[in-house]
Amino acid sequence: MTKTAGDEDALVAALKGGDESAFVELVDRHTPAMLRVARGYVPSREIAEEVVQETWIALLKGIGSFEGRSSVRTWLFTVLVNIAKRRGMRERRDADVAVMAFTGGTVDPARFRDADDRFPGHWRPDEVPSPFPDTPEGSVLGDELITLARRELDTLPERQRVVVMMRDMLGLDSAEVCELLEISVANQRVLLHRGRAAVRQVLEDYLRETP
Amino acid sequence: MTTGPMDCNELVELVTAYLDGSLDLEDRARFDLHLLECDGCENYLQQFRRTIATVGKVPFDELDPSFRNRLITAFRDWS
Repeated sequence: MTKTAGDEDALVAALKGGDESAFVELVDRHTPAMLRVARGYVPSREIAEEVVQETWIALLKGIGSFEGRSSVRTWLFTVLVNIAKRRGMRERRDADVAVMAFTGGTVDPARFRDADDRFPGHWRPDEVPSPFPDTPEGSVLGDELITLARRELDTLPERQRVVVMMRDMLGLDSAEVCELLEISVANQRVLLHRGRAAVRQVLEDYLRETP
Repeated sequence: MTTGPMDCNELVELVTAYLDGSLDLEDRARFDLHLLECDGCENYLQQFRRTIATVGKVPFDELDPSFRNRLITAFRDWS
C-alpha cells in the first residue's frame, strides 16, 4: 500500500511541468486515504470531498516551491488536516484532556484474577488468550478478519480511528501523527492503543466462535 | 510506576508502548521478563501484532469516478 518515495520524486517533477498524468497518478494514490481521514473531521461526505479538492488545489499552487523535504503524502495530510479542522464543526479543543481523563482498561477486567487470588491481575485459566491463526494472503479467514477490522474501525471514536488509520493503514510514525493532529505523544499512544485493542477484541471474539 | 513484577492486566495496557519502543528501560525489562513466564501474554502480544497487520490490509474505499473527474477538471482549470 505504501509506495517508496523514489518514483514520487519523478511524479512531482512531472507535475511541476504541468503533466496531467502525473497529477492523476498522485490523485489515485492518495485520494482514497485523504477522503477517509477528512471524513473524521467534517459532518458529511460532500464536505470531505471539498476539503480533499481544496487540498489538491493547494498542492498545485504550491508545487513550484515544493522541495521534497517531506514526502508528498506528509505534505498532503498536513494541509488536509488543517483545512479539515477549519471546516470541521465538531468541538475538539478539550479532546486532549478528555483522552487522559478516561482511565478504563482495554481488556475486560473480568478476564483477570481478583485481588484475593494467589496471582492477582493474571489471566483467569479460562480466559487465557490463544494465538490468532495464520491467515495467508487472500485466504477466506484472512479476508473475513480484514472485513471485521474495517467495520470496527468505522465504529471507533473519531480520534482513535484517525490515529489508527494514520499509523497502521498509512504507515505514518508517531512523531508525524502527533504533529499532524497536534496531540502529545502520550495521547497519541493512548488513542492508538485503545483503537487497536478494540479491533483486537472483535477479532478475538470472532475467532473464538469459529471452530 | 511500580517496580515489582508486571501483572498481565498491566502488560496488556503497555503493548503499544512496547511495540513503539517507548517504554523506559525499567518497564521494558519488566515486560520482557513477564513475557518469558506467561504464555497468555505472549499470545496476547501475538494477537496484537496480527491485529495491526490486519488493519494494515484494510483497503481504502474505491475512488468515486465522478469525484476523480472533478479533481482532474480542477487540474485543467488550474493549469
